[in-house]
Amino acid sequence: MSLYKYSFWEVLRNAFSMEVWERVLPAISETMYMVAISSVFVLVFGVILGLVLVMTSKEGLVPCKSVHTVLSAVINCFRSLPQVIIIIVMLPVARALVGKSYGSNACIISLVASCVPLFARLVESSLLELDKGKIEAAKAMGSGNMRILFSIMVPETMPSLVRAFTNAVVIIISMTALAGSFGAGGIGYIAVTYGYTRFEHDLLFATIIVLIVIVQAVQILGDTVSKIILKRRHLI
Amino acid sequence: MDEKFIEVKQLYKTFHTKKQDIEVLKGIDLSVGKGDIYGIVGFSGAGKSTLVRCINRLEEPDSGRVRIGDKEITALGKAELNRQRRKIGMIFQQFNLFDSMTVAQNIAYPLKMAGMPAREINARVGEMLSLVGLSDKKDAYPGELSGGQKQRVGIARALANRPDVLLSDEATSALDPQTTLSVLDLLKEINEKLGLTIILITHELEVIKYTCHRMAVMENGKLLEQGLVRDIFQNPQCETARNFIGVYNKFRSDYWQEEAE
Repeated sequence: MSLYKYSFWEVLRNAFSMEVWERVLPAISETMYMVAISSVFVLVFGVILGLVLVMTSKEGLVPCKSVHTVLSAVINCFRSLPQVIIIIVMLPVARALVGKSYGSNACIISLVASCVPLFARLVESSLLELDKGKIEAAKAMGSGNMRILFSIMVPETMPSLVRAFTNAVVIIISMTALAGSFGAGGIGYIAVTYGYTRFEHDLLFATIIVLIVIVQAVQILGDTVSKIILKRRHLI
Repeated sequence: MDEKFIEVKQLYKTFHTKKQDIEVLKGIDLSVGKGDIYGIVGFSGAGKSTLVRCINRLEEPDSGRVRIGDKEITALGKAELNRQRRKIGMIFQQFNLFDSMTVAQNIAYPLKMAGMPAREINARVGEMLSLVGLSDKKDAYPGELSGGQKQRVGIARALANRPDVLLSDEATSALDPQTTLSVLDLLKEINEKLGLTIILITHELEVIKYTCHRMAVMENGKLLEQGLVRDIFQNPQCETARNFIGVYNKFRSDYWQEEAE
């Protein structure tokens, strides 16, 4: 149903029809798959890189200028590229790694390449917010660096880390939709193929509704978890 | 009694900033007897916090020596330093409790690091909680506690591993007078009960007068005067000490008495 032929309300009503959702539902599960797998990779690598950034910085526990400078520069390089360009750049990499440059798995690779640097920076800024006095107290009690990192720094900043990860997942979702137009499938593919090229605006509306609902759900979940932790610690 | 249980010799420390080098410690010599409560007083920026942080090497001195008992602290490697730090308790102005842990977990933290078995940890935590009078707050989080209670947890955590020395870095400066008094009473009690050596730095002269046996006056990176608290109060030698006692007396003077005279 196109907006050129039908009224806005008719198109919107049709966005909830069976025939539309028969096409949208499989796309949702594809999108969810890509978001879920990418989020796991982003979480793992983002946390690792974020921790390395903080540890090796000048005021960190194991200052190491060379590692910090190189890592920071590489992260900045990736972050200075718009997501569209990262997707294009990662196509050959995806072909080398998963055998083809289209489809969900290829998409996951460019999602990870784009969002790991972002989340690493978010992790870094969360950890830098931690009161230095707590680290000093742990040092004064004779803690080794690894223990300070995992028993103090990470748990103490957990509410902030949860919020950072929520932000990262929201960005992953929006980027999945973008990657859809490069043959990744999922909701973005539906929006571009039907909504843009074929003027099936009822399908476009359906994808918008789905994206809004998913992002809201993720945001509410993240905020709730972060609040529960803060409440338990009586910090709010 | 070991008169020189803690010995600091010719300690120098300079902070390098982009604009200038700031010499914070300019040849500190200090000795503290075992079981003493030793106060170091100075105005803000005198270098007293840096001095006390050099004793457990939270700050690395540029040169000079620090010895506690038979351990040459300034000569230790990283692993050995961490082991020795477990025998040096420290409390802070901002308490620095871990918000992610309950009171009991905070106190258990140094014990876990020392590799104590879980059952012993429980017993020791209980013992510490009753020492600082917070047995009912065992499962509370620091976020629920008042400043005075937080500092008591800080003290319990610092003492859990039975250290030989307690370093107090402005531990009462963020507390109200009544709470300050109760924390100082606790420190005195611990000193008598456990024979713990305490180094206490503060900018509040009344804290030193109330708590310490011996004291030093610090100004501009140097210890200007050291001795028994009573001697310095009765007969201050240096300008800074006279200055401090002048301020102290001014606060204590009653205008209504002056008017009567």
